[in-house]
Amino acid sequence: MQGKGRAVCVGADIDTDLVIAGRYLRTKDHSVWVAHVFEDLDQSLTGRLNGAVIIAGKNFGCGSSREQAAIAIREAGVVAVVAPSFARIFFRNAINVGLPLIECDLTCRDGMGISFDLSEGWVEAGGKKFATRPLSPKMQEILLAGGLVSYWRTHG
Amino acid sequence: MGTLSERILGASAGEYVDRVVDRAYVHDGTGVLTLEAWKSMGAKRIQDATHLHVLFDHIVPANNSTTATLQHELREFARGSFLHFSDIGGGICHQIMSEGVVLPGEVVVGADSHACTPGAFGAFATGVGATDMAAIWMTGETWFRVPESIGIHLSGTFTGAAEAKDLALTYVSRLGMDGATYRALEFIGDGTAALPMDDRLTLCNLAVETGAKAGMFYADDVTVQYLKTAGHTVKPQEAEPCTYIQEIDFDLSDIVPVIAVPPRVDTIKPVHDLAGLPLDQVFVGTCTNGRYADLARFARIVKGRKVAIRTIVVPASRAVLQEAIRTGVFADIVEAGCTIGTPGCGPCLGAHMGVLGEGEVCLSTANRNFKNRMGVGGEIYLSSVSTAAASALEGEISVPGVS
Repeated sequence: MQGKGRAVCVGADIDTDLVIAGRYLRTKDHSVWVAHVFEDLDQSLTGRLNGAVIIAGKNFGCGSSREQAAIAIREAGVVAVVAPSFARIFFRNAINVGLPLIECDLTCRDGMGISFDLSEGWVEAGGKKFATRPLSPKMQEILLAGGLVSYWRTHG
Repeated sequence: MGTLSERILGASAGEYVDRVVDRAYVHDGTGVLTLEAWKSMGAKRIQDATHLHVLFDHIVPANNSTTATLQHELREFARGSFLHFSDIGGGICHQIMSEGVVLPGEVVVGADSHACTPGAFGAFATGVGATDMAAIWMTGETWFRVPESIGIHLSGTFTGAAEAKDLALTYVSRLGMDGATYRALEFIGDGTAALPMDDRLTLCNLAVETGAKAGMFYADDVTVQYLKTAGHTVKPQEAEPCTYIQEIDFDLSDIVPVIAVPPRVDTIKPVHDLAGLPLDQVFVGTCTNGRYADLARFARIVKGRKVAIRTIVVPASRAVLQEAIRTGVFADIVEAGCTIGTPGCGPCLGAHMGVLGEGEVCLSTANRNFKNRMGVGGEIYLSSVSTAAASALEGEISVPGVS
């Protein structure tokens, strides 16, 4: 699975409250989450996410299990999230909604070109190639299917 | 042989397993998305609902018509498909699962990050998101990577005003917000035997704040007695030789009252260092500290006096509320001038029942103090119940006395 996009840098320990605040959760309308994604972190991010690869510090997605966080990021047009580590519930949620995650410690510069290949296990940033920690075969299968819903539609 | 996680999941650390789930639960927040994902998967009806629970706790009673409509749909589904259902006022999902539902050795999955709480019973209990839960509704099982475990050795007993919450914040601070990511915490050592179930639940509850997948105690005589009261006969779990990836020690007699300062749970200071900080609100409750022992401790401190600022007390469950009414604890709390909320999560996630205004400061017994969590521009400090009680009486952060 391959992809590419422009880097958008965020910090370490970004919790899911910062991705999408509790006050926006009580709806099934995904556009509400897209409209308010990262609002409490940095309001300027919201308009820059389409076609972006988010480059984060460690422990991205910690805190609440709210899957709306992963959905909001994906539906805002983010191609993938790269971080040295992810909180485990967010990790599962992202794969389950078809948002690629890449475990790699990159130095981020806003706007730099990023490309990646999940099956081959590399990410290229600013012209340099880095090895990434591979996803388990089951996770790759779920991601390739476009998420767990599509996976079970074909396997169920 | 092996850690409790390895024994319950039946494989060694690092291996991936598909495992039948003994108990699976959602609340009104995650349940809505779970139902949506379950329908999208093409599922038509629940094959076996005996191990599935839906418990309303996050926004109870509903705060507006959008929430009410979402809850109505989930309520009708839960009833129609014969899932165990706990409606508004029943209490917090983790608490109800801890009142004689979860048993030692079970695999328990909750669609909420604090589903690590019932690990206090010697179960493997962990949180997942809504779509994972939808797949569990459909297939009855899910995949796990068997976690490496961190052994947390406890010795001694608490002294002075220190309590389990102070130890919980202290271990989170020691490990850091991602110090146990993908791992399980096992609380072991001589110091565990004297800890009542309420304390163990508080300690396991905070496990996720270190990134951990689970927090666990071995079932012992305390567990056996607690579950006997709930009508279950269970056996203690014996520890076996095993390998911990990391071991840390705490002498409970060294623990002092601490506060986690915003916006991180792993940044703590002795209460003493923050004494005098003005507060706008005190909140006592949640899956961390809303149990009967917490309310009783709070009542002992405020009894016969008046709180100086708005103070919201929310029991963790109907059973807690009933016990507090029966023993007079609730009368003491109300007479002290506190405001009472419906059993549930209360204002912890900033949805209702005590949201903070811009620039306001709250001292809370909950488990998260993230930016804007309880309201835009509000700040959350986290403490024990005793510190919250002492501070409510003074209107500022105050060092708890020895009771």
